[in-house]
Amino acid sequence: MPDAPGLELIRGEIEQGHPGAVLDTSFDRDQPALIVDPAQILAVLAWLRHAPGQEYTFLSSLHAADYLPAEPRFAVHYELLNRDRVERLRVKAMLREPSAAGPVVGEGVSGRALGFSPGGGASLAEPAGRETGRRARPDTPSPTPPTDGLPQIDSCVGLFPTAEFQEREVFDFFGIVFRGHPDMTRILLPEDYVGWPQRRDFPIGGEPVTFTYNERAYG
Amino acid sequence: MGEPGVTGPAAEASLGTEVMTINIGPHHPATHGVLRLVVDLEGEVVRDLKPVIGYVHTGIEKSCEDKSYWKVIPFVERMDYVSYFFQMEAYCGAVERLVGLEIPPRAKYLRTIFLELNRIHSHLVWLGTTALDLGAVSMLWYCFRERDRILDLFEMATGQRMHTRYFQVGGVIEDIPVGFEAKLRSFIADMPVRVGQYEDLLDRNEVFLSRTKGTGIVSRERLLELGVTGPLLRAAGEPWDLRKAFDYLAYPEMDFKVPVGTVGDNYDRYRVRVAEMVESVRIVEQALDALPEGPFIAADRKYVLPPRSELSTSMESLIHHFKLVTEGYRVAPGEVYYAIESPRGELGCFVLADGSSKPARVHIRDASFVNLQAFRDMSLDGYVADMIASLGMLDPILGGVDR
Repeated sequence: MPDAPGLELIRGEIEQGHPGAVLDTSFDRDQPALIVDPAQILAVLAWLRHAPGQEYTFLSSLHAADYLPAEPRFAVHYELLNRDRVERLRVKAMLREPSAAGPVVGEGVSGRALGFSPGGGASLAEPAGRETGRRARPDTPSPTPPTDGLPQIDSCVGLFPTAEFQEREVFDFFGIVFRGHPDMTRILLPEDYVGWPQRRDFPIGGEPVTFTYNERAYG
Repeated sequence: MGEPGVTGPAAEASLGTEVMTINIGPHHPATHGVLRLVVDLEGEVVRDLKPVIGYVHTGIEKSCEDKSYWKVIPFVERMDYVSYFFQMEAYCGAVERLVGLEIPPRAKYLRTIFLELNRIHSHLVWLGTTALDLGAVSMLWYCFRERDRILDLFEMATGQRMHTRYFQVGGVIEDIPVGFEAKLRSFIADMPVRVGQYEDLLDRNEVFLSRTKGTGIVSRERLLELGVTGPLLRAAGEPWDLRKAFDYLAYPEMDFKVPVGTVGDNYDRYRVRVAEMVESVRIVEQALDALPEGPFIAADRKYVLPPRSELSTSMESLIHHFKLVTEGYRVAPGEVYYAIESPRGELGCFVLADGSSKPARVHIRDASFVNLQAFRDMSLDGYVADMIASLGMLDPILGGVDR
């Protein structure tokens, strides 16, 4: 693992080519992390992957976390791995919730239900229809659900094809949109599900009970 | 079909048949769980494929956020229900790194023993069910016979055959009982013989060989791009094993080999896993021989329950016990990613602590979930029958995929 000074060296080298790309570094519990400007995430990941002496060619895991009530509240984590030197490096991109931070992407559609409510999350105004065989083919990607008012970041599928499922999973549970992802749809939850359940303000037990026979029969 | 004497995918394609989309699963015996495959077929040749998952999603990661740290262990165990010891180790190891808790040597060795037994168990389930798919029906009974002996061992040491909750943050819950060692030694004496018998049954089985050799090949570079780890990657010739690469538990002291394949076809995947079973037996034997004496769980009362016997004599122990059972322990803010080598590849656990007694996020990077992305590459432009063989050799556990 790069130690704390090693991390600063990496930061310095990134700053040469991409000024302002690294916002901070952290070295906690022996795990190094770079906190990166989300607008430059692809440039940093590409540099870490290709630059001689770095070559973090393997993306072990891509996941997200919600740091509510911190602001920016979301983080996408990239667990990079260099298999020759057996070194891990975490890259974090912190993302704001657009509605909480001024300009909302696609603000023109204000009539649409964009609101984040603690229970419901952002409503998908037009839930995609039931999946059919033809739509599932990768050459005819499913229509992307509306992404207004959601935090966005560039997809790294071009750099690390392994991220495809994992970015879909992050979108599914946190409502973080990966721009340029070939198939930005829900992966584990039903297509017509409303809300982003892994957000910290989404309650546990927010699912309505669907077995209501007793209620109907006996009131 | 086609030109006389010419068979194979190319000949069938020349017939100009229409591409047909069919749906396999989610309830299908060959999908090894609740997996749905949307397949584009041209005749019998797979032209495109998309796995559709999520049918057994139970929101475990979300539920973990509502449980104190020690209550999360039974939840994560139920993700990948065939390799429960690995899920426990990934989670407990991550929390131990978060709180900075060193586990005693005996616990390291006991964990290593149970992890490797679990690896054999997992590979036996895989071998039995996959051979069943490929027509070698009797394999299932032989594999499950040995699997049952492993489950007996689990039951003897932990009280449960599956989902044992044996690993704790800080060590293991109980020492192994009297008689366990003898029973384990008789198992590890038998197991290499049994593996040899499996090989005798399959290695010269014409049907099995023709269905596995040369099918489902994906290059090593492509597998690495797709993030595939574990036996699938090793079968393609990449000797990557986290047990060798990283320093965790008792693996640095163990002498074992990492089996690798050459071609990366389904036969190599079978060979690698079978060879791994023998290596796991060797690890169990070495760990049992070198099992150090001493405590089996850390002594830090802030994180570890005091022994039952102390509760009636020590007020302090009673207070600790009460605090741990009611509120649990608090963990200083921070985050840790800890990865181990599961039977299916890199099993990572990410735990985010926010200073309370419940984790703010638990994420398992499940190897089945990531490996499933390689399935399209494995099956493209092959027959449907080869797709079924490839799926068996991919060995996805849908509980782990969907979590």
